[in-house]
Amino acid sequence: MTALVAPDHGPVGAGRFVSRPGPAGLPRLLPAAGENLVDLASHLERHGPLPLLGAAKRDTHPLIGAIERAGLTGRGGSGFPTARKFAAVARQRGATTVVVNAVEAEPVSAKDKALCTLSPHLVIDGASTAAEAVHAQRIVLVAHASVLPTLIEAVAVRRVSAIDPVPVEVVAAADHFVAGEERALVNWIDNGRSIPTAGPSRPYERGVGGRPTLVNNAETLAHVGLIARYGDAWFRSLGTTSEPGTILVTARGAVRRPGVYEASIGTALTEVIRAAGGSSGTPIAFLVGGYFGTWISQHVDGVAMSRESLAPLGANMGAGLVLVLPDACCGLVETARLARYLAGQSAGQCGPCVFGLRAISDALVSLARREAGPQVIVNLRRWLGEVEGRGACAHPDGVVRLVRSALDVFEGELERHLAGRCGASHPEQSVLALPAMRTV
Amino acid sequence: MVRSKEASGSNLNPDRPGPASTAGSGGRRIVLRVDPIACDGRGICAELFPEMVSLDDWGFPIIDGSPIPPRLVGAAKRAAAACPTLAFHLDAG
Repeated sequence: MTALVAPDHGPVGAGRFVSRPGPAGLPRLLPAAGENLVDLASHLERHGPLPLLGAAKRDTHPLIGAIERAGLTGRGGSGFPTARKFAAVARQRGATTVVVNAVEAEPVSAKDKALCTLSPHLVIDGASTAAEAVHAQRIVLVAHASVLPTLIEAVAVRRVSAIDPVPVEVVAAADHFVAGEERALVNWIDNGRSIPTAGPSRPYERGVGGRPTLVNNAETLAHVGLIARYGDAWFRSLGTTSEPGTILVTARGAVRRPGVYEASIGTALTEVIRAAGGSSGTPIAFLVGGYFGTWISQHVDGVAMSRESLAPLGANMGAGLVLVLPDACCGLVETARLARYLAGQSAGQCGPCVFGLRAISDALVSLARREAGPQVIVNLRRWLGEVEGRGACAHPDGVVRLVRSALDVFEGELERHLAGRCGASHPEQSVLALPAMRTV
Repeated sequence: MVRSKEASGSNLNPDRPGPASTAGSGGRRIVLRVDPIACDGRGICAELFPEMVSLDDWGFPIIDGSPIPPRLVGAAKRAAAACPTLAFHLDAG
């Protein structure tokens, strides 16, 4: 059964977009219990054939209208409206490229790895339908090393069945934090240099090979693969009116069943933690979004996984991390560890990032060790203001957001540390899963 | 040392085409932009154009996005021309 019906198989108007009825409820992206979606036949049985309409001229492809009506936003951390990104690339003349960002360089985040491992075909479906919508001649899938075998196998099986309209290349991502930044991705594909570039043009104008390039997160494209089949009304049947759909959440830290969960946007944070087996220990705070995320205090009743609910707390859904900090741990010490890791992960290109993040993390480490006086806090706050917005990419900005939220949420702990005390029973313990972590 | 660069900088009036050369007379908005990758923190921009450039604790320029007042455009151009790493730019805002 064809998912989308395009009578003349050419550029068609959005009004002729016909979708098949979609499955109700959750999960959408991930397999149900006992289901194997790595197998192409099972995947096609579950979701139906890849709905291709044929390439459209410029930005007239009906999929873009469907994505816009669906209200899909980027799931890689930006939350940018996906249709606007598609349209910006589709509007450009000539051949374009689709880049699937499955780098997920945050050591603690697992949702794109889980998606690519459990549902690789849906990600590639999304990339192929996107390629039609933005008249791309090439798809490059850049993925974390741990998911490469699954993706390579999936691409090979699909090639045999001639499923994808344009060639799909699979590229191993570089192994460091900023490898997933979109201009670093383009630079990696073109030049083998996994570092961001500067300059006024964005990948939608000049990307891979100097051509307009659509860079989307793997989960975002998997949602596109579903919208292409089931339509925008189906997509909006879960989530909230202003933020439709589902989101993959990595639940970590002091939870009994850490892992990746799919939730409707607007699901209460307490519900997410309950799904992950509940807290193991008394939570004192939550890190939401990712390492570039925001600490929020333990008073989360009424807080939901949605932009609307998190914005008043200065937080956003980011890449979908929810990390529970138990009361045995110290929020300041954990933040110092994170800041030092992130300072070390600077691409080393921009002075304010290289020197500023090092100074910020040194200040936090001295604070964590209860060696800091009030002047350290004065300097720290000034550096946070000065470093923000002065890198070629948003790496320093992410650290600034994280540290600012820590100074806010752990204000009481800050006072204790300045007085030489610490409120945590085991500040040496960490729930961050940082690679090569040293003692703070 | 840096002062002598300023003197030579004023002779290096940029004749490159672009927003900077047209915007000064035409009244269009011109803003400063630092390419943070190219910038080495030599600090010459802050020496030549202290009105709108300050330095952070490590010697890298801090600018804001406000338009350059017409009377300062000449000084801004001299600072851009004197930047040894070509990191200091004047853009149409």
